[in-house]
Amino acid sequence: MKPAPFDYQAPGTIGEAIDLLASNPEAVVIAGGQSLMPVLAFRLATPSLLVDLRLLPGLSNITIGDDGVRLGALVRWRDIENHQRLAAAHPLLHAAVAQIAHYQIRNRGTVGGSLAHADPAAELPGVAVTCESEITLCGPAGPRTVPAGDFFTGPLSTLRRPDEIITELHLPRWPNGRHWAFRKYARRDGDFALAGILMFYDQDRNGALINAHVGVTGACPRPHRLTGVETLLNGHAIDDGLIRQAATMAAEEVDPPDDLHGDAAYRRGLVATLIERGLRAAARQGSG
Amino acid sequence: MRVSFVVNGDPVTVEVEPRLHLADCLRDVLSLTGTHLGCEHGACGACTVIVDGTAVRSCLMLTVQAEGASVLTVEGLSSDNALSPLQTSFRKHHALQCGFCTPGMLTTAHALLTEEPGADADRIRSALSGNLCRCTGYVSIVEAVLEARAAYRKADMP
Repeated sequence: MKPAPFDYQAPGTIGEAIDLLASNPEAVVIAGGQSLMPVLAFRLATPSLLVDLRLLPGLSNITIGDDGVRLGALVRWRDIENHQRLAAAHPLLHAAVAQIAHYQIRNRGTVGGSLAHADPAAELPGVAVTCESEITLCGPAGPRTVPAGDFFTGPLSTLRRPDEIITELHLPRWPNGRHWAFRKYARRDGDFALAGILMFYDQDRNGALINAHVGVTGACPRPHRLTGVETLLNGHAIDDGLIRQAATMAAEEVDPPDDLHGDAAYRRGLVATLIERGLRAAARQGSG
Repeated sequence: MRVSFVVNGDPVTVEVEPRLHLADCLRDVLSLTGTHLGCEHGACGACTVIVDGTAVRSCLMLTVQAEGASVLTVEGLSSDNALSPLQTSFRKHHALQCGFCTPGMLTTAHALLTEEPGADADRIRSALSGNLCRCTGYVSIVEAVLEARAAYRKADMP
């Protein structure tokens, strides 16, 4: 359980960090290390160099503005949990982050680390995809911004190039009165979810659902939206029949893995149950 | 690499390989064997120490990342001749049997109650959910932490 040997650098600027990555193809970025350290301990990765982002300035900010919420890559889960205004500015983000792993891990785990690691069961990638967020990366050619829906390409796989550093996650503005839910199921507190769902919707003047967004984690190779369920929900008032239809459709729409933690049929059932419970909870919020 | 940080109030400088995690540094380089290593991949919580006021798993942090930090281990929770109120409460409630997980339980609970002296049983259970105990079944541990809250509330007073 000891990592293979590597060199270590903690550069003081993003430019230096990118130069180190570009000139060392076997280099790996470390921030909080809460996903990378187990990977190194099991020797699933044996990098030549760790580039630690801990001294980089300007990546630890949480900004709430008219255009939404911006999270710097070095923002830790505890920073989000303890941010009083964030619970109102983005309740889905706040609720999902409070359920990430364990207390000690939330004290060190970071926004950028979770996005870069891209575990299919992880909470933040699910929030990012469901909310149509944008991820900003910085590389030798300068910064670029990628929609979260495109960023995650498979288990532990993203569009990030080895010489790029994630700098920011931008979540679009969250309007008042929006209905939402986050539900996940794991056998033990803090375990990776066998399935998780994230959702929100707004309502028109007649109470019909508009702008429904439904995402799934865990029961899929990468976080993604359930567009069939969204189409089913939009334009209708929420009632028992609609909730059951949505749950049934969600179970058909997911493509869950079949592994020792749970077979595919079980995970489909889990997704249906979580969608049903989430929609019922969302419908109870406010006057809806 | 040369790394300087503070452990239990004392400045230390160590010469370590970059791959040495903080738990191994504390135990093997600094001879602070109160910090226990169970799983070494962030699952069991036995190696929890307090870094700059927050509970962290010392197997998931490299020694080189501790440059300039202040680290508190279980050895730093009490003086040589007296148990801390939290430790006294653990003894009173039989919150340990074999004792392997106890350093991690104590450091986690100490960090929690220092930040949140009013934590209720649910919050305590949630914070301790990352610390595995195979002997006691947690009930006595939660009772011990609940009773220790009084000492942390007093400590808050001017």
